[in-house]
Amino acid sequence: MDRPRVAIFDFACCEGCQLQIVNLEEELLDLVDSIDVVEWREAMTETSHEYDIALIEGSITRAEDEKRLEVIRTRAKTLIAFGACATMGGVNMLKNNFDLADVKKCVYGKSANMPHLDTMETKPVDAVVKVDYKIHGCPIDKNEFTYVVRCLLMGKKPEIPEFPVCVECKAKGNPCLWDYGQVCLGPIIRAGCGSRCPSSGFRCFSCRGYIDNPNTTAAKDVIEKHGLSVEMLKSKMVLFGTGQGPTNA
Amino acid sequence: MHDNLNINVHHITRVEGHGNIVVNINSGKIEKLQWQVPEAPRFFEAMVRGHNFQDIQIIVSRICGICSITHSLAATKAIESAIGLKVSEQADIVRILMLYAEQLQSHVLHIGYLAAPDFFGAPSVVPLVARAPDVVKTIVKVHRTANEWANLIGGRPTHPVTIIPGGLTRVPTAKQFKQLQQTLKDIIPDAKRIAEAVLSIAGNIPNFERPTEYVSLKQTEPPTYTFYHGGITSTDIKGAVVPIEKWHETANEYVVEQSTAKWAKWHRDAYAVGALARFNNNYELLSPMAKDAAKTFGLVKGCCNPFMNTVAQLVECFHIIETTIGMIDGLLTKGLKDESCLSGVRNPGGSIKAGRGAGAVEAPRGILFHEYEFDKKGNCVAADMCIPTNQNHANIQKDFEKLLPEILDQSQNDIRLKLEMLVRSYDPCISCSTHFLDVKFVK
Repeated sequence: MDRPRVAIFDFACCEGCQLQIVNLEEELLDLVDSIDVVEWREAMTETSHEYDIALIEGSITRAEDEKRLEVIRTRAKTLIAFGACATMGGVNMLKNNFDLADVKKCVYGKSANMPHLDTMETKPVDAVVKVDYKIHGCPIDKNEFTYVVRCLLMGKKPEIPEFPVCVECKAKGNPCLWDYGQVCLGPIIRAGCGSRCPSSGFRCFSCRGYIDNPNTTAAKDVIEKHGLSVEMLKSKMVLFGTGQGPTNA
Repeated sequence: MHDNLNINVHHITRVEGHGNIVVNINSGKIEKLQWQVPEAPRFFEAMVRGHNFQDIQIIVSRICGICSITHSLAATKAIESAIGLKVSEQADIVRILMLYAEQLQSHVLHIGYLAAPDFFGAPSVVPLVARAPDVVKTIVKVHRTANEWANLIGGRPTHPVTIIPGGLTRVPTAKQFKQLQQTLKDIIPDAKRIAEAVLSIAGNIPNFERPTEYVSLKQTEPPTYTFYHGGITSTDIKGAVVPIEKWHETANEYVVEQSTAKWAKWHRDAYAVGALARFNNNYELLSPMAKDAAKTFGLVKGCCNPFMNTVAQLVECFHIIETTIGMIDGLLTKGLKDESCLSGVRNPGGSIKAGRGAGAVEAPRGILFHEYEFDKKGNCVAADMCIPTNQNHANIQKDFEKLLPEILDQSQNDIRLKLEMLVRSYDPCISCSTHFLDVKFVK
């Protein structure tokens, strides 16, 4: 089989997920042996219109970016959204909680109406084009990234965890952060990160999005047991995108 | 000489974020010469409003993937100043060590992956793997070491999860610090190998000078080559120090049509921030190995060749490694205390108050300011950030205007390459730079 041609594109984001690809370090040198990277603006000068796999980082915030993404979709056989901005809008979705005119005025003051400063409601990639695979997280986990790429190279469907962060956290034997007064979203958020944040003593803040069928009853029990309000939980839940899946908490 | 020349670099590559270079020469006359920033603005200052002080770092860390630790620390310092939280000496030192990890990671990324291909005439680092495998592997090794170091202290290499207002959720163990110290001692020869490789191509660094104002942090108590404490200084105020709270008076931001990022000026029509600015303001306080490295490259205080910023970053790599080795000795001699968030100390600094505060930290690419105002519940009322690359945009434009007439006799490809190299030498972080604001704080 020929090496698949891969192009990496970024939209509104911090480029931290691309950095995780660079952070593969020695492994990246092996990776570029098995795939043919034809465009990656952050790391290479070359560009190409011909590729098999398009990796999309970032969320969509301008009409011109929607058009660019649609063109990429027509050229790519497989399109992967990677990172929370691409998979569910990410922190950029916080903007949608405000009136857009107010948002522009807040940042650009008197200049807010200059055309090049325009913006629209933040959208995840799958609100604009069909997405074949999603690599979750803010930033993505570099090992999950290579796992997904390896699956694609072998023609297999990647298996992404359907269980919550609590499962990984408990398996590590971490003390539960709820017992230390933290509002941790581990009970309803998708695992696969190795419960990195709770393992460092920091509450899960939902960067991988909700699991498909969160046990909201159990989550409410946890909140009540610790004398906290659902409202308090909600303020923590919106950080990475309000439209990120089913939840009735 | 070119009678007619058109260069349109739409999205310069090998930089963080989106920037364009536009040159139009018609009948021998430069009609248009612009450094443009078309990056999609993200409006962080607007988005953080209403969020609790405990959640601000999670949001604003995402301003930049490459300098997420710097943003997290600048925000946390501003929050602590606003609501009146004190940080222990130990937490303070460990935070600086976390910041150093990011400086080293970012500097090596820039020197090795983003800038080096220009000097070797390569389009990216990939072809260099075959041409100079040992050097590339050494660069990868030092980059990996810096990331493992950030991961050890920050919980992840990007978007750290141990920084909380008032301290840190946890600190590494003494054993882990000792291992880190040994690893850093072991990579000194690797850093020297990278320096030798850079020195071998130093002849390709363009000979260009344009005097400008250099702005950075300066710390006098105790005198330190600072990335974290101190006030604002500049080469135009002869070593004087302006308090961080007055940063609006030093970074006078304004909107221009060619950019979604604001520009800044202080005493002149532009100023520069970054490694060269820090070097020019604080050279005397560099570590011995760093001074040796500067000497090898002929980098002296007062240098006003922007292309030498990359060399100043290399010099700082030595300072960071050498200084960290010493700081770990200090931490271990005093003995590590358990101040983790699981130790029962819920709120190390006491109760919170409504208020407003500013924090500044040196990002790898220059001084960064964050400022917040909170109500008495600790919810954010207003925010303002001033990003280093913003502060460099006007200076890049001014450099363009001096450089282009000096290189007009060169080929179009060479002109284009020199302009691109100039932008890259600032190590711009453009995603970062498209947020800032004119906010009216409630007095």
